[in-house]
Amino acid sequence: MNTTLSMASPPSAAASASAAVGWRGLVSDWSSDREAFHVSWGKAMMWIFLLSDTFIFSCFLTGYMTVRVSTTVPWPNPSQVFALHVGGAEVPLLLIAIMTFVLISSSGTMAMAVNCAYRRDRINAAALMIVTATLGETFVAMQAFEWSKLILEEGIRPWGNPMGAAQFGSAFFMITGFHGLHVTAGVIYLLVVATRLLRGRYEQTGNYQIVEIAGLYWHFVDLVWVFIFALFYLW
Amino acid sequence: MSSSPSPSSSPPASPSSSGQQHPIGLYLKVWGLLFVLSTLSYLVDYFHFQGYLRWGLILAFMLLKAGLIVAVFMHMAWERLALVYAILVPPLAVLVLVGLMAAEADHTFITRLLFFR
Repeated sequence: MNTTLSMASPPSAAASASAAVGWRGLVSDWSSDREAFHVSWGKAMMWIFLLSDTFIFSCFLTGYMTVRVSTTVPWPNPSQVFALHVGGAEVPLLLIAIMTFVLISSSGTMAMAVNCAYRRDRINAAALMIVTATLGETFVAMQAFEWSKLILEEGIRPWGNPMGAAQFGSAFFMITGFHGLHVTAGVIYLLVVATRLLRGRYEQTGNYQIVEIAGLYWHFVDLVWVFIFALFYLW
Repeated sequence: MSSSPSPSSSPPASPSSSGQQHPIGLYLKVWGLLFVLSTLSYLVDYFHFQGYLRWGLILAFMLLKAGLIVAVFMHMAWERLALVYAILVPPLAVLVLVGLMAAEADHTFITRLLFFR
């Protein structure tokens, strides 16, 4: 960013052009020594990544809408497909509701981890991040249970199912599978950052923004679930 | 992902640029609110609301939850407008895609009814 500062002579146009070499020079030339967002690069890049991820999930959900609207075969009722037997009675969407609450709780603990990190309370921040990762792993485990129930007991396949429109399976496995993959990646990411916190990696600089950046990713995973829950399970 | 020596990544001296520190009570309130909203949207299904009431309620609760998560948990409410607009405006283009695909899907549906039944 301040590659021109090391020069002894006052920066003429030719001198500053020759001072920029390599990738660093390319970046500083293209950015013209300006910052658009006034946040650290890590945070800006995480937001831009999340924006691109938003488009991926939007495309999945739009594709789901398209096949659901255009099919002439009745769509399986998610309320019944995802019902659980509890004590002889069928409770609709019970497992999905529990999964939703688990994921929201993990978002809450993550927000508190960010708060602890900025107070430089790295032990509590790491502990809260591990709690968050555990809740996330619980979510993935419940999803694995749900998938195996649908595949083994109800005979739902990506190409067809006994309840109705064949597109139900492909949309379901694609959307929830991709989301589950995000949760799994998030769990690994959180555990890596928590380990680094515990080892005191950020003590020297005192910069704990990495926790907020990891939190942005985690809250995004929760955010996507809000849309999947509403548009796929409840619709 | 350790920080580069850029000036904006200094420790929480300037709250607008790097240190997003907010009271834990706020997080707890939003957390509780998200629980309530999730319960309400679950109850929409549980009580078998149908038609526009169902879809309206589902969408309303969804957007409220999404707004709370983005604004408070992801700190968008305290970021500079340059970042807020750069992130929140582009997804609106998705609405165009949704509109186009809804028209396309309706067309496919009618064609299927006409020729494949």
